[in-house]
Parts: sequence; C-alpha cells; structure tokens
Amino acid sequence: MKTILTYAALLGSLTFASADWRQFRGPNGNGVVNDPALPTQLDVKNIQWAIDLPGRGLSSPIIVGDRVYLTAASGPKQDRLHVLCFSAKDGKKLWERQFRATGRTMAHEKTAVAAPTPVSDGERIFAFFSSNDVLCLDLDGNLLWLRGLTHDYPNASNSLGMSSSLTVADGVLITMVENDSESFTAGLDAKTGVNRWKLARPKMANWTSPVLLEVKGQPTLAILQSGKGISAVEPKTGRIVWEYGDGASTIPSATPSDGVLYVPSKGVTALEPSSDGTTPKQLWRNGQFAPATASAVILNQKVFTLNGAGVLSAGDAKDGARLWQLRLKGPFSATPVGSGTHLYCVNEKGVLQVVDTAAPQGAVVSELDLGKVILSTPSIDGGAVYVRSDGKLWKLGKS
Amino acid sequence: MEKFVTKKIMKSRLLKSVLFAGLLVAPVLVHAASLSRSLDTIRAVGPEGKGNAEAAAAWKTVSAADSGEIVTILKAMNGANDLAANWLRSAVDTIAARELDADKKLPVAALQKYLADTKNDPSARRLAYEIIARADPATGEKLISGMLEDPGSELRRDAVQRRIDAALAVRKAGNSNDAAQRLQFVLPSARDAEQLESIAKELKQLGQPVDLPKVFGWVWDWKVIGPFDSTGGVGFDKVYPPEEKIDLAAEYDGKTGKVRWQDFSASGDRGLVDLNKPCGALKGVAGYAYTEFNSDSKRPVEIRLGCKNAWKVWLNGKFLFGRDEYHRGMEIDQYRLAGELKKGKNVILVKICQNEQTEQWTKEWEFQLRVTDPLGAVVASAKK
Repeated sequence: MKTILTYAALLGSLTFASADWRQFRGPNGNGVVNDPALPTQLDVKNIQWAIDLPGRGLSSPIIVGDRVYLTAASGPKQDRLHVLCFSAKDGKKLWERQFRATGRTMAHEKTAVAAPTPVSDGERIFAFFSSNDVLCLDLDGNLLWLRGLTHDYPNASNSLGMSSSLTVADGVLITMVENDSESFTAGLDAKTGVNRWKLARPKMANWTSPVLLEVKGQPTLAILQSGKGISAVEPKTGRIVWEYGDGASTIPSATPSDGVLYVPSKGVTALEPSSDGTTPKQLWRNGQFAPATASAVILNQKVFTLNGAGVLSAGDAKDGARLWQLRLKGPFSATPVGSGTHLYCVNEKGVLQVVDTAAPQGAVVSELDLGKVILSTPSIDGGAVYVRSDGKLWKLGKS
Repeated sequence: MEKFVTKKIMKSRLLKSVLFAGLLVAPVLVHAASLSRSLDTIRAVGPEGKGNAEAAAAWKTVSAADSGEIVTILKAMNGANDLAANWLRSAVDTIAARELDADKKLPVAALQKYLADTKNDPSARRLAYEIIARADPATGEKLISGMLEDPGSELRRDAVQRRIDAALAVRKAGNSNDAAQRLQFVLPSARDAEQLESIAKELKQLGQPVDLPKVFGWVWDWKVIGPFDSTGGVGFDKVYPPEEKIDLAAEYDGKTGKVRWQDFSASGDRGLVDLNKPCGALKGVAGYAYTEFNSDSKRPVEIRLGCKNAWKVWLNGKFLFGRDEYHRGMEIDQYRLAGELKKGKNVILVKICQNEQTEQWTKEWEFQLRVTDPLGAVVASAKK
C-alpha cells in the first residue's frame, strides 16, 4: 500500500513537473490545464508570496520545473530589458540578466516593452520584447544567443508597441514581428538564433500571438493570425500549409483545443483542419462571442469569451450555441485561464474572479482584490496561479 | 667542490623558482589570452545571428572571469556594436552578481577610474557606475551627484533628476525663489525631453516661463510644398520633383492643382510643422518641407524627428531613413538619424505622407525636427 502511495505521489509530482507552463496561455496555448490542487476559494491567505519587480511589463510568467521566469523593462524609456528567474517555492530571486534594447521602445502607456511572454523548450528560455530583441538563455541564466530584429530589419517596429508572444516547435522559435511597415514572421533556430526562415506578412499592426495546432496524425502547425485571417505554417520551414482568409482580430489570438482552432473572426469561427492540408472546414461561426481584448478559452467543451463590457459568454464548443452569459467586474485585458471547471479571470483593476463554469448560469465563487492594475494573463502550475502587475508578481496557492 | 655544489644547488633552486613562478604565471597568461580571444569573438557578432554560436562559448569564458577583469570587459564595450555590447553587458552583470552574492569585493577603485574617463563607451560607463553603486552605495551617490555635465545621457539624467528633486523639495518647504534658482541652474544641463518639460512647467508656475522651443532647438523656418498625390499610399515611394532637385522657384502639378514652395514656420512649444495649414487638410497626400542649416564646421550630428505620419528625411541630398507607419503615435526624438553636417550651408528635406484614414485621431499631418550632437545637445544653425 505504502509503495502504491509512493508511486502515486511520484506520479502526481511528475504530472505537475512535466506539465510546466512554458509559454503564453500554457502548455497547449489555450490557457487550460488540469491542476486539481488549484484553490478555487481565493482570499489574501492564498497569497503564498508577492515580490517586487524591477521594471514594467505585461508578459506572463512561465514556469519550468521549480522555477518561475519573467521579463520586465526599466528606465525612463523602458530600454533596460530584464530576464528574471525566481524560485517557485518562495519567490527568491535566483538570477537576473539585463540587456539594452537595440530597437525602438516607444509604446502606448497601456502596454509596455516587456509585453510578449517568454517561452521555454525545457532547456532554454527565450525572451522577446517590444524592441524586437530576442534573448536565449539556459535555465541557469547563461546567455546562449541573442538577436536584435529591429537592429537587423530597421523598419520592423510599431510606435504603439509590439506584444506578440513566442512559441517554439521542432527546434524553431516563432517570432511574429508584424506591423505597418517591415512586417514579417521569422523562424529562428532555437540553438543559434539564426534565421531558418523569414516570411513576409501583411503590412498591418498586429498584437496577436502564434499558437501551435496539434491535430492527431498530422504534423504540428504554427498558426499565424493577422487582420487578413490565418496562415498555418510548418514550424521547420515556414511553408504555408493552409490559409483562412475571412479576416481575424489583431488583438485576441486564436485558441487551439482538441484539434479545432477557435478564431476571433466575425465573432468566433471554429475551424477544423483538413487532413490533406487544404482549406480547413468551418464548423461554426457565432457573432455573439466577439471577444474584446482577451482571447477565447475552451474548457470542458465550452467556449468562453469576454466582451468589452466584462460579460463572460459561454457557448457549446461543438456547435457554437450560446449557453449563458455572466456579467463580471471588468474591464479585462488579461485572458482567463482555467482548470477543472473553474476559470480565473483577472480584471484591469486587479480583481481576480474565480468562475465556476459548471454552475447552471456560471457563478463567481470567490474574488481576490490584488489592488494593482493587471493587464497580464495569469499562469498556472503546481497548484498555484501566478499573476503579475507592472511592479509585482504574486503566487496564489492553497492557504 | 663545496662552492661548486652550493652553486649547483643554487642554480637548481633558481631554476625551480623560475619554473615554479612560471607555473604560477602561465595560467594567468593563458587565461588573459583566452579572455582576450573570447572578447574578440564576442565583438565579432553581427546581424542575423552572425557569430552567435561562437559567442555563446566565448561568453562562458568571459562570464567566468575574475571580478578583477570587469574593467577589461567594459573596455571591450568601447566601439562594440549594440549586439556585442549586450553579450558583454550580461557577462559583466553575471560576474558582479556572483561576487556580490558571495560577499566578495568588487574592484570599485578601478571601476571609478574607468567611469571617470569620459572617452569610454557611455553605456559601459553607466554599467560601471551601477556596479559601484551596488557595491558601495555612498560612493555611487557621491559620484552621480557630480555628473550634471556628463556626456553619458543616463548618468546626466540621474544627476539632473537629483537636482530637480532637490528644487521641488525646497519649493515644497516654501522657498519658491530658491527653488526657481535651482531649476534655472539645472535647466542648461538637462537633455532629456521629459525633464526639460518638467523643469519648464515648474518654472512657469514659479513665474519664470521658459522659451521651450529655444531650449529644444526646434528647426523653425521651413519652405513647404504640397499636396502631391498619395492615394492608396503611393506617394511614399513615388519620387516627386523635390526629391530630384530643389528649385524653390518651380511650380509643379499637385494633387489639387499647381503647387509651389511657400514659407512656413513651426509653432507651439513642441515645434510642430503642420502641413494641414499650408497645404490643406487633405487625405491621401504627400508634402515636402525644406530648410537650410548652417554649420561653422564639419561635424557629426543627429537629426531628431517626431512624426506620426509616413516620412523620409534627406540631409544634403543623402537619404537618411524613411518609415511608412501612420498614426501610431509621436514623441519628441522618436527617431534619431545619424548624419554629418558639412561646413557652411546644409540642406534638410523632409517628406511627409498622409494616409486616408477617416477617424478623428488621424487628422494630423505634421512633424517636429531638431538637430543635436550625438549626445543630445542642441546644435543651432550658425549665423551665415
């Protein structure tokens, strides 16, 4: 019995450790994990630690093993770029590296230079900033390579700020540098940072992030979204496998779930990729789900979006039928994250609201006011929610 | 015999001593050579990831160096490109953090010497200062207070800020005259746009308005011509006659009829050249602004531009840079274009394109421009 319990405990810990939260919106890029240890009744006693940050940022923390990695930017022009590593256990800073922006750092006051969320392949941390500086370090903070994408391509910038997060697949780091001028997405070699490919993209400002679409029996595709629609590309080569051209938002990003892509296009449009790489099949479209800033979340076969008034809409992920609506305390910039039947929605005023999506009309089951402006999407790992503001990082777990 | 033996023993001892000393010195020399090679490797990094793989290995050697080598690494930042500087900066950071975590002493005196030499790279000097301030906060504070005229913009900014804060504290304590004197004192040292505007605002409240356009050094007097057609954004790439030849007496076909050069001045504290006024508040148009700028010597400068429309800039007929972004925001010194003035008359040509967006916030068709030295001090047009 003891042996079984030991194995069970080990298995449990391995499940958490192997999951990690290595990129924007989690392991599957859709903001959802199954973390039964996550508390749903949040109050101040759940704040396991809170630490001050050396600079501004909207990027989400990522978690690899027992470490939390985060970016920030400091200085009057936010041109000091920080990559930080903390112990998940107690928030102790384990290391910090600083760099200088080599590209422009001008940004709208509501965003920040450290807006894109870093990504990890489990061996390395890749950090990205609005200045289009890309930094690659090992988990202990040793610098492996760096790039200055505006340094290399001088008109690649957005005077309002860039915010596309990173993703990594097949040894290639996907960097979306899409803007009104020198607009492109590049696949950088994860080991050396050199260009594997560089794809010209629509000349239009774009703040969405790439996601990976996993379909059983098919190669992983990187999904690039723009105002024109979706381009699904091979991560290794940048070859466009299929496209969807009916337009899409330039702020909330597409959400992959169970081989279906939920695109913020004319509300939400659900696309099912075909097996032969041709144009995907449209499963459904519902204009009632138009998201504002936050991306859609798919949890337990339900699709959730937040509109500009802070109303959470729930729909059936299979056919797009609206199920219920719940007015939350908004407005929201952060995308909700979820586990089990609960969504964690933090509004711009810093009020984290936990929604039980299994309740007939949805129900807010707890609230925690963190008292700071929060525009950043939370992260989940090891029974805890991590939330950052411009100046603070919190870990919220079992009290 | 004894003498011979003694001599032999002595020779042997000497040889051993030399060998022993050699054994001690050799690793140091090898390490120094290795460090030097590694710094060269890092300095060779270039665009598109050039040299990254080699630099990663070199970075390990550099970041493992003893803290006594920090100044050597900082010196390698002199003249390094921005990418190499970032490799070196993070190595210095790593060494300093490691030593401080281990409660070891950092070479504060050597860093101070490096900092004092203003020929060294400004951002490397800033890094040296920050390490000093971490290792010895009192010394750091003393140093920064004396850097009001430092050529490094960040060091100067911090020194200026301390003076501004002190003046505001005096004002808060009720001594307005003293506060105004302090602000007037620090004003000529300030280079940072936010600080200049902040000082001007405080002085205005204290009854001592500042001539902000003069402080910023906006280029004020222009000849402008337009509108030319830029329907669908074509005007950005289309070469209109002013790009080929400046003829201030010429008349051209514009978008709405004949166009000719006209005198026009900037306006406001932010020195805006608003083309909507002389050229008509139109959409899908392009215009040009031309000015002559006299210099009493050949010198490197920065053309500093703020603009929320698409633009191109030429200095003495040489294209400096252009950008086709519309209505994403504008700020002072948004773009810093390196150029060189020749002695005598120089000409600056600016092309500004307006797109066809119809929202209220897309009406502006304007820019602001000033000339500074590479460190941000205003360069005014010399008298002819």
